Amino acid sequence: MRIKFFFIIFFIFFQSFSQDLINGSVYYINENNQTIFLEGVNIFWKDSKVGVISDKNGKFSIKRIDSTNKLVFKILGFKEDIVEIKNLEFYSHKLSPEIDNLSEVIVSKRKNTIQKSYFKTQNIVNVSSEELLKAACCNVSESFETNPSIDVNFSNAVTGVKEVKMLGLESPYLMITEENIPTIRGASQVFGLSFIPGPWVESMQITKGTGSVVNGFESISGQINIELKKPIVDQPIFLNLFTSQMGRLEFNFLVNEKINDKLTSSIFLHADKNSSIHDDNNDGFLDHPTYKGYNFFNRWQYIDTEKGLVSFLSFKIMNNEKEAGEDVSSLLVKRMPWTSEIVTKRFDTNLKIGYVNPDIPYQTLGFQFAYSNHDQESFFGLRNYNIEQKSFYSNLIYNSIIGNTMHKFKSGVNFSYDDFYELVDIEKNIFDRIDRSIGAFFEYSYDDLEKISMVLGLRYDIHNNIGSFLTPRFHLRYQPKEKSVIRFSFGSGRKSSNIYSENQEIFSTGRKIFNKSKVGKFYGLDPEIAWNYGLSFRQGFSLFQNQGDITLDYYVTDFKNQVVVDWEKQGELYFYNLSGSSYSKSFQLEIDYELTENLKIKSAFKNFDVKKQYNSGFKENPLTPKNRFFTNLDFSTKQNSIKSFWKFDFTYNVVGVQRLPDHTQQKSFNGYSPSYFMINSQITRIFSEKFEIYLGGENLNNYKQEKPILDSSNPFGINFDSTIVYAPIQGSMYYIGLRLKL
Amino acid sequence: MKKLSFLLIMFSVFSFSQNNVQNSNAKSTFKVSGVCDMCKFRIEKQSIKIKGVKFANWDKNSNKLSIIYNSKKITLDNIQKEIAGFGHDTEKFKAPDDVYNNLPECCYYKDSSIH
Repeated sequence: MRIKFFFIIFFIFFQSFSQDLINGSVYYINENNQTIFLEGVNIFWKDSKVGVISDKNGKFSIKRIDSTNKLVFKILGFKEDIVEIKNLEFYSHKLSPEIDNLSEVIVSKRKNTIQKSYFKTQNIVNVSSEELLKAACCNVSESFETNPSIDVNFSNAVTGVKEVKMLGLESPYLMITEENIPTIRGASQVFGLSFIPGPWVESMQITKGTGSVVNGFESISGQINIELKKPIVDQPIFLNLFTSQMGRLEFNFLVNEKINDKLTSSIFLHADKNSSIHDDNNDGFLDHPTYKGYNFFNRWQYIDTEKGLVSFLSFKIMNNEKEAGEDVSSLLVKRMPWTSEIVTKRFDTNLKIGYVNPDIPYQTLGFQFAYSNHDQESFFGLRNYNIEQKSFYSNLIYNSIIGNTMHKFKSGVNFSYDDFYELVDIEKNIFDRIDRSIGAFFEYSYDDLEKISMVLGLRYDIHNNIGSFLTPRFHLRYQPKEKSVIRFSFGSGRKSSNIYSENQEIFSTGRKIFNKSKVGKFYGLDPEIAWNYGLSFRQGFSLFQNQGDITLDYYVTDFKNQVVVDWEKQGELYFYNLSGSSYSKSFQLEIDYELTENLKIKSAFKNFDVKKQYNSGFKENPLTPKNRFFTNLDFSTKQNSIKSFWKFDFTYNVVGVQRLPDHTQQKSFNGYSPSYFMINSQITRIFSEKFEIYLGGENLNNYKQEKPILDSSNPFGINFDSTIVYAPIQGSMYYIGLRLKL
Repeated sequence: MKKLSFLLIMFSVFSFSQNNVQNSNAKSTFKVSGVCDMCKFRIEKQSIKIKGVKFANWDKNSNKLSIIYNSKKITLDNIQKEIAGFGHDTEKFKAPDDVYNNLPECCYYKDSSIH
């Protein structure tokens, strides 16, 4: 019962975080038709290091892993069985005594086993920490290279920031939460994901399309939730070191300490540095910025299962300094060099309290409180940009049922307060704005425990700058057969238009910035409003005795209002409210298949149709690939007795043509960038459960955009532009790192 | 202010309606026969589908089913009778033989021990 409470409390915060444990037992039927439980059966995930042995009652409990769903049952005197476990929580397995000496492998179909699909109603992709290890490096913004749901673009030739996109839309249209508290918004929009170290992350949940009403009204194209490692389940000590031939140095050190039965604590440290100078394309500008930074995180977790209480308290400090621009030492002409510096300081604290009524376990109450202070001071050439954002967020969530536990609901209120202070030096402008909102939400979910489940959410918000409005969101899941799922969703979202912080790349151009709007509350502009509709179909199959599945996704985002960032005129940049239509239609076909037991393939084709009405006409969004193709191969060798093995990972990415803004169009490509491909690969040697070394390369085929900076020889001129980037600026990058767990 | 009160009403309506119902909430724990996790899934699913039952949790090792139900809508005897009707013996009622014989193989609690 206690454990049950614990999980229910957990559920309040981590609705999307499921404890993927399979419990079961293993037995056989003897000649007298009696059930005999088998002790000492080896139960392990095929070709993995994860395994357990059944106890004297034949019981076992094994953690689900990502790389396979084939569970092997092995004991002398019985036939070895390999069983595919799809969506089970419990599994009882019957072994057959080995009668003849043919050591045949039986792939048994699930017959008399328990089948409870635990499919979520929403279209959620879970990215485990194992998947995160596949990506080359270091922080969350770089971790999507092996994931087809999220696209990574290079957005700036000076700062080298990788911008993520979902459904063809930029990251401001995503809601990014850390443990279900909205974090990366406003001032931290551009650099935020790069400030979360990858080794701190336990898992990520990527929701395509409209999200839940519980977290707010802001998500438009989707949601990324980042779960950090929890003090109670994480290993005591973890060390990670990383370096690359480009001079990157990264250090991560994680310690978890159990203080008593109820209290655990963790301290995470991260430091990074790159002081090497590269200008391989000889344009006088550094190919990547030099930087140094550190992050510190301390969290306390308190659990009292008797009283039904769980609580988290955490503090985070982040400091980062970047320098970019012209390589001063190699400046040939005598003039002032164009340089840039971005100094960011951030402090976060949050408190979460969850309570489960011990008498009525379906009634829970959760409270979240978060405060952050984000301070960025920067200059780009002669342009200054400073922003300070103080944010306060609180959320009270009450969970209960209507009638019985097939009908659940969540209801609550949240309050958020954002104080922005910005200095935009182009016109010596200071912007001081406060966003305040209070909202109430109600979310009903129904599960018939068989084929149908749905979530119906509604929230009402009063916002000082957006007004008062309703936000409906709906998700439906229909599972006609065990291996077929159809999902449908629709919902609306809206957000403040933080035009400068979301588009900071405009400062590393010589463009003159125009914003003629005066009426709206956001720099004269209106808030952004959109509807999102999505349909998804997933079908599992088995081919040559191996499992796979096909997923088809189609999502449409339709903007009612959007702040258009217009790059079409040379030397000028315009912000204005949308007049006309703006949409993003995205299609994705994904196939996952196990070619052999050790080799998995994941392949995806994506098509984006993102267009909007500009003053100069109805056009495709610039720098958005129409098509993308992605393939990831994942191979691991068999483990030996000390659980050492090799892992190989290979990613092939094709990026299709992208429209270039009108004035930059090159005749040879008819106004489009060339299509290109990129190969990333990584080899990991796992020496034991405690120690591993990884070695890899990104962009192994060394594809580079020849002249990423326009008019780089005249950086203070009006035509200088470092934002028209459609391909990598740096060539091949090689890296090596180690992980030590104690 | 009008809007704010609308918010509060929206939030509190459900909490209050819950509290009113709670007066008729009854809790009970009784024995239901079963041996495996399939049984657990079956017992909990069938119990929750009985009109008036709000919550069901069955513990495999003790064979105890904890339920919360609305005592105005259904009696404890009727709940037990319905559960027995799905093939699992309860303290007061026996499951019909034909239903028992149609249970999944792993659920034959009369012939096997907890697994």
